[in-house]
Amino acid sequence: MFNSNKMRNALVAAMATLTLSSPVLANEQPIKVGMMLPFSGVYGALGDATRNGLKMALREQAAQLHGRKLEFIEIDTEARPERAPEIASSLLNNSEADFIIGPVHSGVAMGMLKVLRGKETVMIVPNAGAGPVTGPLCSPNVFRTSFSSWQPSYPMGKVALDKGYKKVVTMSWNYGMGKESLDAFEESFTAGGGEVVKKILVPFPKTEFQAYLSEIASINPDAVFVFFAGGGAVKFVKDYDALGLKGKIPLLGSGFLTEGTLEAQGPAAEGVMTTLHYADTLDNELNKAFRTSYKAEFGKASDIYAVQGYDTGLMIASAVNQLGGDISDQQALIKALGETTVKSPRGDFTFSAAHNPVQNIYLRTVENGENKVIEVAAPALADPARGCKL
Amino acid sequence: MTTSLFLVQLINGLQYGLLLFLIASGLTLVFGVMGILNLAHGSMYMVGAYLVWYFVEHTGSFGLSALISAVIALLIGILMERTLIRQLYRRNHLDQVLLTIGMIFVFNALQGLLWGNDPLGVAVPSALSSAIPVTDVLEYPVYRIFVALFCVGIAALMYFMINKTRLGMLIRAGESNREMVECLGIDIRKLYTIVFAIGVMLAAIAGVAAAPMSSIVPGMGEHILITCFVVVVIGGMGSIKGAFIAALLVGLVDTFASILVPQLSSMMIYILMAFILLIKPQGLFSS
Repeated sequence: MFNSNKMRNALVAAMATLTLSSPVLANEQPIKVGMMLPFSGVYGALGDATRNGLKMALREQAAQLHGRKLEFIEIDTEARPERAPEIASSLLNNSEADFIIGPVHSGVAMGMLKVLRGKETVMIVPNAGAGPVTGPLCSPNVFRTSFSSWQPSYPMGKVALDKGYKKVVTMSWNYGMGKESLDAFEESFTAGGGEVVKKILVPFPKTEFQAYLSEIASINPDAVFVFFAGGGAVKFVKDYDALGLKGKIPLLGSGFLTEGTLEAQGPAAEGVMTTLHYADTLDNELNKAFRTSYKAEFGKASDIYAVQGYDTGLMIASAVNQLGGDISDQQALIKALGETTVKSPRGDFTFSAAHNPVQNIYLRTVENGENKVIEVAAPALADPARGCKL
Repeated sequence: MTTSLFLVQLINGLQYGLLLFLIASGLTLVFGVMGILNLAHGSMYMVGAYLVWYFVEHTGSFGLSALISAVIALLIGILMERTLIRQLYRRNHLDQVLLTIGMIFVFNALQGLLWGNDPLGVAVPSALSSAIPVTDVLEYPVYRIFVALFCVGIAALMYFMINKTRLGMLIRAGESNREMVECLGIDIRKLYTIVFAIGVMLAAIAGVAAAPMSSIVPGMGEHILITCFVVVVIGGMGSIKGAFIAALLVGLVDTFASILVPQLSSMMIYILMAFILLIKPQGLFSS
């Protein structure tokens, strides 16, 4: 399996160099956009959606690029952190990518950061929420268009208090994103007088939840707050319902619990409350237009990952436009990117000093198989960016 | 831990263990009879889950879909044995590992092409969708009890087949002396095809049974495969009886470890395996 990957990477690199065979002026050269996304495996669907959104935005905004052509170099990370440094340095040194977009998975993000921090390229994270990316490991040339893991979960603490919940059990996989999400919830929940009576960390990627749910039932808290995503989220929500906890103990979560999973969860997800920086049903013109054209182009409904990819494209186009197509001065490029207001389907957002979005977090509840927006749980919420000196 | 919670966790553990047995039984059967280590066994678990999802979407009937999926799995098993596995009988374990790992990638790629990478779910069949109240908060879903009983049924059927039928006699004979069986005029190749196909079908049936109570995702086979290997190794490679006892043991240890020693829960089954191998290096019931 290792060889086939190397060969594929080599092929991609070869194709990339072939298209560049004649010496040309800097501005006639294409802008090279490297992608480090998972196109196969558990996160494959997320990688596909991100790529689709990114390309769609750059196509729509072609007029803003001042005639610059684009060249995409797509490499499958397979969401494997150990491969990340190698791929990142190949994109940096061999392909000389102007932008490196990725990844989905936080572990891969750490591997990429090791290689790309402070280098002659701009890294834009379209998903991975790991705190350090825009925290202790923040860097002028690293941006994020998605969220920090703190952001979607922090507002839920206050929501829970407003609902009158005092004793809550929190639960997640025992890994970065999960623990950071639980901590963020706990931070606002305990600050307002709530108590986390038990915190359950399940070994990743285990999905045998029955034993834990039996225990939660015996504790009988006011509510349960969880972080799970993808297949684990499907299994958790179904188990929660099957074991009879649903309807008796309210289930709260970081929004990923019900993103891209509702169809598989079926009626078990009805009534689950989550907080996130987006919802498919957001009622604004940009979102409606985005969803319609995405559906028309790719034949499937868009999701949050598509939006995050799309916003990454918007951000690049806007910065290139502002610089009149000349992105050779890295300082100027970083400044232009950092000052961008992204007109996103999720609502307009700007960037914090640490290069993380300052954005609305929405409270949603599942109704008839959709995440219905109830209210803005936290307007223009900025990550505290602890440990970042930018 | 209260008595009622203890009892609930006991049932949780047994139910998980029985499902593990259903998957592991095919793996150990194929290894015991044919000496083939089929790493693609987990993939057939995944294939079973995806197949039943696909047919439920089209027919609406879980029972019918389960039946079709099992038959398709049997046919895939026959095809795999006739074309690929057959090449391996006279080769060493490394070749088996290489081929069957390759098959994992093929199945994963096919899954991606045919069904995409989104997580999928199958609804619990309506006849079994009720639940039995256990405490004020907790209920036990009937479907899960049904699956547990179904696994016990399969175990009994396998016991009967291996010990009381002519096919079982041939399987046992083939296990102990392949050449002698051939000398007696039995077509061992046909026997191998049957055994391998049954093994594959058992994994797929486990995937079918698990589909309504889990999420159907890429890579679901690899994860379960590792746990199954633990079961097979603890039980003794090739022993169905061993797999049964070991599966229950692993299910119970995993369940109670999750609650009692959460920090260690991910390694408890491996500690159990190491401990048992120290005492019985060949596993509990090695043949």
